[in-house]
Amino acid sequence: MSDQLTASVIEVIAKTQHLPAESITLDKTFAELKIDSLDGMNILFAVESEFDISIPDEQAAAIKSVREMVEGIEKLVAAKEAAPLG
Amino acid sequence: MTRRVAVTGIGVIAAPGATRAAFWESLREGRSAIRPMTLVPEGSLRFPNAAEVVDYRASDYMGEKEADLLDRFAQFAWIAAREAVAESGFVVTPGLGARMAVVTGTSTGGQTSEDREFYSLYAKGVSRIHPLTIPRTMANAGTSCIAREYGIGGPCYTVSTACASATHAIGQAYWMVRNGVVDAAIAGGSEAPFSMGFLKAWEAMRIVAPDTCRPFSRDRKGLILGEGAAMLVLEPMEAARARGAKIWGEIAGFGMSSDAYHLTQPLADGAARAMRGALQDAGVDLGAVGYINAHGTGTQANDVTEAQAIREVFGAEKVAVSSTKSMHGHALGAAGALEAAATLMALDQGLIPPTANFTEADPACALDVVPNTARAASIEWALSNSFAFGGLNAVLVFRKADAHAGHGTAV
Repeated sequence: MSDQLTASVIEVIAKTQHLPAESITLDKTFAELKIDSLDGMNILFAVESEFDISIPDEQAAAIKSVREMVEGIEKLVAAKEAAPLG
Repeated sequence: MTRRVAVTGIGVIAAPGATRAAFWESLREGRSAIRPMTLVPEGSLRFPNAAEVVDYRASDYMGEKEADLLDRFAQFAWIAAREAVAESGFVVTPGLGARMAVVTGTSTGGQTSEDREFYSLYAKGVSRIHPLTIPRTMANAGTSCIAREYGIGGPCYTVSTACASATHAIGQAYWMVRNGVVDAAIAGGSEAPFSMGFLKAWEAMRIVAPDTCRPFSRDRKGLILGEGAAMLVLEPMEAARARGAKIWGEIAGFGMSSDAYHLTQPLADGAARAMRGALQDAGVDLGAVGYINAHGTGTQANDVTEAQAIREVFGAEKVAVSSTKSMHGHALGAAGALEAAATLMALDQGLIPPTANFTEADPACALDVVPNTARAASIEWALSNSFAFGGLNAVLVFRKADAHAGHGTAV
């Protein structure tokens, strides 16, 4: 898991949720951060724009923690970079 | 003054049918009208399906000049109102018109017109907007059009409470007729949500199913959007009987509540309070209620919460529950009106429309959901639930027409 990606995801969560970035760590669940389903949609929207990826609904529904979000994004970004151009 | 209130006319235009009779035939057969979308380009959304009024052409119903004045949602409102009034045999004389109300519900009003014009402005660089955009877009366009058509000069307005709009509208019209504020009313709801901008906004909420609408099913994946309108003609029971009108049923109670909780997450307590309020308003015992037309959107959150609320209110009493959204989709501000029409037809015909597309029971929604096939049942009392985003709830109680209440056997 890249530190840079983790930092970027935490930054997006902090910005959309108006939380101090220090309060968000990889091991926090969304419940612990008081992030509900509506907040979750907001974060997904921001993350999709930030990394230029599209997170499928079913995958999105399974993300319940910061770590799961970073891992999910990492896979999607890798898949995007591996895709042939054009 | 308190009067009983009869429904003497029902008009419907929706995906399962463009008339009341066609709509009911589909519901009775358990036929879902959810199909691949045609109103936006294929592949442009994560969800490919919707419940559209397929092959709709305004010119089949009105002159081109009249159609130009109205957004699709207001056209639907007008079409449904005309069917309801024509079918009821109700004649609006000038004297009566002044003592009548029109109350309609819509969630988003004429946004297809707005979307089209804003697209021209922002994307095509056209610097002018069509001069009718404001009157086409206004949420009360349907009400105003119906009032003008029939010369209805009493209280006429539009209610917007998202997915509960039509139920709030019908409830208020019902109370006005019951309390003698007006001598008759046209009430219902209409919606036309299929524009790219609006659909993209739904896509971002991640609650629209990629397949179909399976209310209360374990494998449900979300709601399916629908469009259309339904309108009811409400008259005092005595007046309806005196003129020998066909009485589809009676509106017998109305309850409202607010969750005062969350922007999008429902709360069972609020839903339960609206149901209890409606039952109390009707003065009916729980055991007499034979059917609930559920809000039943097919989302994870709604169906579990609604099942919990129904169990909270009804306890051990057995009641059949179905969601006709499985067939006509979630028509947002029109939903409560389509479901009121379905509930009235169910009472009149002694047949409970099913929850279509049902595959497997969800233990978290332990209800008798009338899966896939309509069920013959002699019901006297029924509920119709509507629970909106923003936690605003509305519930109507309907009662079967008395055996001697009227004649006519139109189906």
